[in-house]
Amino acid sequence: MSETLFGGILAFEFMQNAILAALLSSIACGIIGTFVVVKRIGFISGGIAHTAFGGIGLGYYLGVNPLLGVIPFSLAAALGIGILGKKLKVSEDTAIGTFWAAGMSLGVILIGLTPGYAPDLFSYLFGNILTVPSGDLLMIMLLDLLIVGVVLLLNREFLAICFDEEYAEVSGLKSTALYLLLLSLIALTVVVMVRVVGIVMVIALLSIPAAIARNFSRSIPSMMVMATVLSFLFSLAGLALSYMFDLASGATIILVAASAFFLVQGWHFLSAGRQGR
Amino acid sequence: MSGPVIVCDRLAVRLGGTQVLNRLTLSVFQGDFLGIVGPNGGGKTTLLRVILGLQRPTEGSVRVFGSEPGSQPKRTGYVPQRLFFDRDFPLSVGGLVLMGRLSRRRLFRPYGNRDRQAVEEALHTVGLGDLRDRQVGALSGGELQRALIARALAGEPELLLLDEPTASIDPAMKSSVYDLLDSLRGRMTIVMVSHDTGVITKHVTRIACLNCTLDMHEEGSSLKRAPMGDFYDYPVDAILHNRPKSEGSEP
Repeated sequence: MSETLFGGILAFEFMQNAILAALLSSIACGIIGTFVVVKRIGFISGGIAHTAFGGIGLGYYLGVNPLLGVIPFSLAAALGIGILGKKLKVSEDTAIGTFWAAGMSLGVILIGLTPGYAPDLFSYLFGNILTVPSGDLLMIMLLDLLIVGVVLLLNREFLAICFDEEYAEVSGLKSTALYLLLLSLIALTVVVMVRVVGIVMVIALLSIPAAIARNFSRSIPSMMVMATVLSFLFSLAGLALSYMFDLASGATIILVAASAFFLVQGWHFLSAGRQGR
Repeated sequence: MSGPVIVCDRLAVRLGGTQVLNRLTLSVFQGDFLGIVGPNGGGKTTLLRVILGLQRPTEGSVRVFGSEPGSQPKRTGYVPQRLFFDRDFPLSVGGLVLMGRLSRRRLFRPYGNRDRQAVEEALHTVGLGDLRDRQVGALSGGELQRALIARALAGEPELLLLDEPTASIDPAMKSSVYDLLDSLRGRMTIVMVSHDTGVITKHVTRIACLNCTLDMHEEGSSLKRAPMGDFYDYPVDAILHNRPKSEGSEP
């Protein structure tokens, strides 16, 4: 019976799009999330994502696809936070806080200036994987290709700046430029993720799958693969649960991921306790 | 005749209003093993950072291999004092040492056989051949220090700069690191910053005392009490700077 039920669901175009969106966003967040976790820049990623709300406001104001507004805003946040921190020696959390709040404020004002009602605003904030239009899927796919391509070409350099930035510099790498490039890739990943979990919760899918994967990985590439698989599984499970119980999909995906995170941490705690005895 | 590897001419560095280095003049020649001693805050690490191109001098000039510091990463190897990293960073010892090849790698080219061979040789030299697949976070302090030396050696440098390579390890491990450096002496130019004033005199060819300014001692000379007393706040003994008779062949 369930076979026919799910077979029926899969026949819907919105469900096929949802599964494709889950897969594509998982690839970006597994790869980039790995760098976010090992370099401990989760809150920079949160700042970039929230600044992007200004771009959504701009999209509404200009009457274009809000995702097109997100791209320049998240890139500007990535470069702005990175340059303030690295070049002007502003403390990173100050830069993050400023961009975070300024971006959101700009978004609120632009949406307020836009005549009429802002449809789907909630879905940009908290994601709705069931309503991803095909046009957005194409954009997500292109961004995915760009992210994967850059990481394939520069993975050793990114590993070097994540592990030991000073040594990377001594080895002749342009470590600040590479760091800004990595932050820009995070910005593009935010664009990929907005449709799935929304800008408020991007930070969870960027960090949870990679953080779990780190427990079981012995190298960065294996951590990336595992984080991608975990992210895809969390997205599918969240999608299925949200469909069955009529829950908000983005929030359900995040809660599935967070539950898995706490289970793994609890299991670690218990097994460490047993070894201690 | 080969020219000097490092030339510092009236070098001065001020950091946040503090004079860290002042009128420092120094030449290091090919094959030298220079030990730099001096109190904490005496500018030892700053001097290394200037030579590496990580810190710009406020005044004076520095040339490394006849050009700007930091412009010849292929010829320079660096062993930092400590490495702060997550113990659960997923990286093997082999992967760490492979990073030493970054300076020789062309952008967008994968590592090749030559790189892997250099990693094997470097691991063998420092005695970590068996630990290639061990996670970096699982290494002891002494093993990690050796792995960092291997990373520098994997780049096949002509100049090796070490910042207190024995600061965080126990005495037995210290002597094995010094034995390792003895085996490298002559193969490359070495500059080592250290606290072990007594021990390093047995290994180096020249000693410099650094406390903002520099006092140079050639082989066979003794560190007189007076300059050392000026450098340290507490009484110090004069040390005869020489290698043990069994090793030293030159007069």
